[in-house]
Amino acid sequence: MKGFPEQARVELQNPQLRRNLGVATSAIQAKRERAVAELDDWERLREAGAAIKTRALADLPRQLERLEAAVVAAGGIVHWARDAAEACAHVTRIARDHQVDEVLKVKSMATDEIGLNDALGAAGVEAIETDLAELIVQLAGDTPSHILVPAIHRNREEIRRLFARTIASGESLTSEPADLAAAARRHLRARFLRARMAVSGANFGVAETGTVVVVESEGNGRMCVTLPDVLVTVMGIEKVLPDWRDLEVMLQLLPRSSTAERMNPYTSLWTGVREKDGPREFHLILLDNGRTDTLADEVGRQALRCIRCSACLNVCPVYTRTGGHAYDSVYPGPIGAILTPQLRGLRAAPTLPWASSLCGACYDVCPVKIDIPSVLIHLRGRVARERARTDPESAAMRLIGRVFADRRRYERAQRLLRLGRGPLGRGAATVPGPLRAWTTSREQPHIPAQNFREWWLAR
Amino acid sequence: MSARDIVLERVRAALGPDPATPEVPRHYRRAGEADARGSVVRFADRVEEYRASVHTCTEGELGSLVRRLAADDAVFVAAPAIAAALGLPGDEPPLSDPELDAADVVVTGCACAIATTGTIVLDGGPESGRRAISLIPDHHICVVRAEQVLADVPDAIAALRDAADEGRPLTFVSGPSATSDIELERVEGVHGPRRLDVALVR
Repeated sequence: MKGFPEQARVELQNPQLRRNLGVATSAIQAKRERAVAELDDWERLREAGAAIKTRALADLPRQLERLEAAVVAAGGIVHWARDAAEACAHVTRIARDHQVDEVLKVKSMATDEIGLNDALGAAGVEAIETDLAELIVQLAGDTPSHILVPAIHRNREEIRRLFARTIASGESLTSEPADLAAAARRHLRARFLRARMAVSGANFGVAETGTVVVVESEGNGRMCVTLPDVLVTVMGIEKVLPDWRDLEVMLQLLPRSSTAERMNPYTSLWTGVREKDGPREFHLILLDNGRTDTLADEVGRQALRCIRCSACLNVCPVYTRTGGHAYDSVYPGPIGAILTPQLRGLRAAPTLPWASSLCGACYDVCPVKIDIPSVLIHLRGRVARERARTDPESAAMRLIGRVFADRRRYERAQRLLRLGRGPLGRGAATVPGPLRAWTTSREQPHIPAQNFREWWLAR
Repeated sequence: MSARDIVLERVRAALGPDPATPEVPRHYRRAGEADARGSVVRFADRVEEYRASVHTCTEGELGSLVRRLAADDAVFVAAPAIAAALGLPGDEPPLSDPELDAADVVVTGCACAIATTGTIVLDGGPESGRRAISLIPDHHICVVRAEQVLADVPDAIAALRDAADEGRPLTFVSGPSATSDIELERVEGVHGPRRLDVALVR
């Protein structure tokens, strides 16, 4: 896998991407500010939101058991998955048990994370994305680049051309978003009506009542959780909320942070199965897949508070230029930079903690107050400690540390530098050899003829 | 050991013996604390901002208003309680999904509404009907009585407490279906009803 710097360099070569991203993220940023400014208790809601999630995580074993018991009591079936493969196996088995060859999907980060579509495809089951942006990404053979709007890197004309050669071939189509949305409606309508099985993610799972919550805009989510006979929800274990009333906080924080609306068009809440209303079979898959490893890091675990609003992406000076693909993860942007290395392990994504200028804008907008800059620095420390033995920069720092620890060594080094015998003493812009990488981006200091110590002694 | 036991064991090991559990500071506006004056007007304003329409009427005018909002030859379906009150075709016995797809207009009541966010809450009861009826037809007329309008989100969550305990499916509806997936430009009307009318009974 290439690291973030190499990937970012590729993405930055694409002026169309940067234009698309710049337009979209600055618009949503301004809108979010207005939506948030309307509530004079916003900061108090953030405090409560952060505490609700922290408390839920600290009490996670009990809350998961409560959730499981409540879902089962309401007629649902609960499965547990240690990793992606186990979660995919559960879904594939359920599809096979019901002999379905197509499964509708509600946009879900968790199912993207576990690679569910490929797993279903390998089992001969077609996964059909029903969210407009996910559909665009799927039709283009692309990958999502934003949490809320996965096709943010595509503009309307690119989407028109894509639809014209796929779902709307032969139709006259303009590049008006309303026209493009109507084409998606026509394409999916029949599929919704004949669907026998759907898979969703979950924004929240309420332990107290066993209620699962999906927040959406288009109505594809409502279709998927209402019309098929069988509904499967894949939910990360960190999504549990202890109490029903916790929703009074989260349903204020999430829409305003995410789509910058007072409320998103549709929020579906269901509890197990309901006679004569909705699916006859409901499966809830509780997914670990690196979440317990994340929980084990006392500083890093706050990343699990994330409610996937994507506000941090839209304000990030790095994300808004590179886009989501440079992060090589379903979780891009500032939250991705702390979540991906923890979920997959630092060795799998060692450059991501550096994909930030540490400006702190992400922390300011986070509705559950995840201190992303502090976690980034903490993860940088962990990566550096793991690397320390082999890395030339660490070796140089160790040498410098020894020089600085001893007065005579320090003074000798200063004299050497001034005589121009030290490699950094030449005043050259870039030093050749192994120090090149260090010196290309750093200005060399001027070495004075006499330093303070010498002046003090000679005074 | 089952996957369940392994995941729970991993969680316990990750948390250590005594993880700190903070109290939740609930200093935001809680249920009953929001100013309820002007809620009905605010509700109407905010629903209209979603590009839905609000029509105020009296109980006696409701039937004619509902019929006026649809074309003369429109095929209606209504939630059981509304069908009985207004003499519209009902959903009993439950219609199939293709039958619902053939309906032009659905008329439902609601469980409650939220002024601050312009939201209607459906609870699957006789007023709201099954979830599918308010989803498949392209035009949704929702009857909201002034006394059902609550001030803010916490008021609604408190009011829906019993419905949650009973395991009723709930749907929060804020305007017609919409998407912002193309260049983050909001477009009304994707898969859910593309037209939402609120009949506000005062």
